[in-house]
This record gives sequence, C-alpha cells and structure tokens, in this order.
Amino acid sequence: MRPEYLEEATVAVLKKAETTLPGWVTELIEKAALKETHPVAKSQLEAIVENLKIAAQEEIPICQDTGLPIFHIELGRDLKVSFDLEKTVAEGVRKATQSIPLRPNAVNPLTRINTDDNTGQGMPDLILDLVEGENLRITAFPKGAGSENMGFLGMLNPADDPLEFVLKELATRIGKACPPVFVGVGIGGTFDLSARLAKKALIKMPGSSNMELDLLARINQLKIGPMGLGGDTTALGVKIETACCHTASLPVAVNIQCWANRSASAIVGEEGWNLD
Amino acid sequence: MEFRLKTPLSTEDVLSLQAGDLIWISGTVYTARDKVHTLLRSTGGLPVDLGGSAIYHCGPLIQGDEVISAGPTTSSRMTRYTQEVVDKGVKVIIGKGGISEATEFLKGKAAYLAYPGGCGALAARRLKIKGIHYSEMGMAEALWVLDAKNFGPMIVAIDSKGRDLYQEVKQSAEETLKEMLKNRQ
Repeated sequence: MRPEYLEEATVAVLKKAETTLPGWVTELIEKAALKETHPVAKSQLEAIVENLKIAAQEEIPICQDTGLPIFHIELGRDLKVSFDLEKTVAEGVRKATQSIPLRPNAVNPLTRINTDDNTGQGMPDLILDLVEGENLRITAFPKGAGSENMGFLGMLNPADDPLEFVLKELATRIGKACPPVFVGVGIGGTFDLSARLAKKALIKMPGSSNMELDLLARINQLKIGPMGLGGDTTALGVKIETACCHTASLPVAVNIQCWANRSASAIVGEEGWNLD
Repeated sequence: MEFRLKTPLSTEDVLSLQAGDLIWISGTVYTARDKVHTLLRSTGGLPVDLGGSAIYHCGPLIQGDEVISAGPTTSSRMTRYTQEVVDKGVKVIIGKGGISEATEFLKGKAAYLAYPGGCGALAARRLKIKGIHYSEMGMAEALWVLDAKNFGPMIVAIDSKGRDLYQEVKQSAEETLKEMLKNRQ
C-alpha cells in the first residue's frame, strides 16, 4: 500500500466526519426533535437539526470544537505496510487542519502551548486492531472536549453494582456534556483497558442488548434534557463493552459523546482508497 | 416570552428577562474563555469596554476574516470569575452548561444565556469579525470582537432573580434517581 493513499483517506474521513454526521445519528436527532414535549428542549433540538443542515450544505465543521484527532485503524493482516502509519496519518491531520479547516486544539499538557496543527506527542491517537483481510479501514472519530471532560473511571469493589455507579455519576455529569449524549461504557479489564473499552463502545454505537436499552431508558427518565435545560431527550444511545478482569477487581469506565457523534470511515488497499 | 436585544444592554433590559425566555442578540459580542478570564483577574481589566456588554464563552474556528464555526464552550470553567465579570458591567454571559455556583453574583445585575451547544455552523451565520485582542493566545483563546445579527436562539437559563433552570433540572434528576435506585434493590 502506498502512503499517499492513507494520507488522502485521512483527510477525506476527517472532512466527512467534521461536516456531516452518520445518517443514523442525524435520524435519531430528527426523531427526538419531533417527539420532544418540553418547549425549551424542542428549541434546542430544532437548532441542532438546522445546524446540521447548514454544516452539510456549506461543508463547514458542525461544531467549532473540531476535537482531537482520534482514529480507529483496522489493519488487515495480509496487507503489506512498509511505512510509518502514525507519521502518515499525522501528515493527513496537518493537511486537513489547513484545508477543512480545523481549529488547532492540541496543546502541550504542561506548558499549554498549542502545536497549531493538531498533531504532536501522542497525537493523532491511533487505536489499532489487527483483523482478517488485505485492506486497512480507517475511521476518524474526532473528539471534542466538552463531552470528553465529563468521562469517569472507577475501580469498584467486585460486590458493587457497576450500572448503579454509572447511573449515579452520569446524573451529575450529563448536563455539562452537551446532551443529548451517547454513552460508551467499559466494564472489566484493567484500569487502562476499561477506558479503551469505553472509547471503543462509543465507536461501535449504538447498542441493542437489554442491559444497554435499560440503561438508556433510565438515563432518559432523569429528564436532564438537551443542554441540561430539562426535557425528554437526554441520551440517544448506550453501548457497553466488557472484558475479563481480575477476580479482585471491577474497573468501570464511561466515555461520553455529545450529540455530534462524528465518525467517518474509508477502506485503503493496494489499489487506492474509497470512503466506506 | 421572546426578546430581541441589542447591545449595549441596560440593567432594565436584563431585569425583564425570565428563566425560559427565548433571546436573540444583535450588536457587539466579545468571546472570552479560560485565558481571557485569567488575564482579567491578573491585570484587573480588558482592552474593551465591558459596560453593558455580552460576553460569549466561545473559542471560535476562524479562517482569514471569516467565522467558520462558533458554538459555545462549557461555562463551568469560567464560573469562578463571575463576580469580576459582572462588576465590570457585563450584562449577559452566553455559554453552555451554566454557572450554577455563581448564580448569586448575577442577582439584580446580569443573566446567563444558553446557546445550544455544538451549533457552531448555525452561530457562524449570525456572527462577523470586528476585531481581535490577544491573538498570541491562539485562535480558541483570543478575545474576538464579534458583530452579531439576530444571534440565537438562546434560552435564559439563569435569570437576574436567581432562578436557575440547571439547578431545577439537577434537583429533579436527583430525586428521580433516588426513587429509581430504591426500586432497584
């Protein structure tokens, strides 16, 4: 595979993710706007629907917080990659920052100095999975700070109820996470694996198991509403990912995504690349 | 109720606003987020006249002299500066998520307006750039002087009488949660 293909695909998936939401996300928001009974909440949801139309028409970012560059990369084990994946995706991010444009958000965590191109130490963040096949699938999942800042992680006692912990914490945090939100939950693994599971849960949204739908219904019963101003629509989706954990542990992590659940994918191979 | 306001705002303008009202604003709006507030505290002033003004918790995305996307940032980080901001004459603070710990400083003086979070493309259509201060702090942190035309819809989320929609929603959610967890056991 040629590095140019991956670099071009990086720019293309970022552009698509920043300016349009996946069809199923837009549909959920539009349905919620129609169903909402609380007038303040309805005004917020209608503004979101209008905002989405303007962003798509004018091909401009939905939100000024264009996020940190997070990518999920599913690498086919039969694909030959003889170049630096991270550097190539980083070059795509630098180009996209200029061309889309994106707001430069990446700063040194201690000096707070902005790198001005959304790349730097540890950025972009590539979540790499090895899969079957001879292609690479790249998914841009730009993550804004408003919802990311409201995430949490607990090392619970195995006797604790993880869903009660999740619900209690969400009740105090969702209002500031730009609701209606999507909730990614990671249960099990280790301290760091639970957080990775929570992020992956967001990427794999939405869930459909009884446990996921039950948690979704309970969150909405809190009536926190769009932007925390009250209403029927507090969350649009819940996904739970699990992994085995130590018999003495129960790590639980929650990663929250605002309504702007941005993601877009492309398939890259020996012959070129295509949006997926 | 719905109100179309124009800056500079008077105290009377603000006193008539009630929690839940819909607002559109025209005139000058200043962006101010973390770093501008830190500067206000350390230097005691800003290079713009805050009397009767509207400040917007926003780090816009700008290209050339065009606003590309300009929704609100989370206001809770700026809550600690509310008293200083209101003392300088700011009449409305625009943002998202509220400044619930500082509601008392708004009483009789100012209101907090919620602009729908994430609606940066919609906001950009109503905002033009008039000037910039502190450009060295970067695009998001600079103080942008914006000219707003029917900028909205905003909700009066905390009014000047101390009614705070976020607080009301939070209390009711806490009660619902208590019931829910009781029934779960």
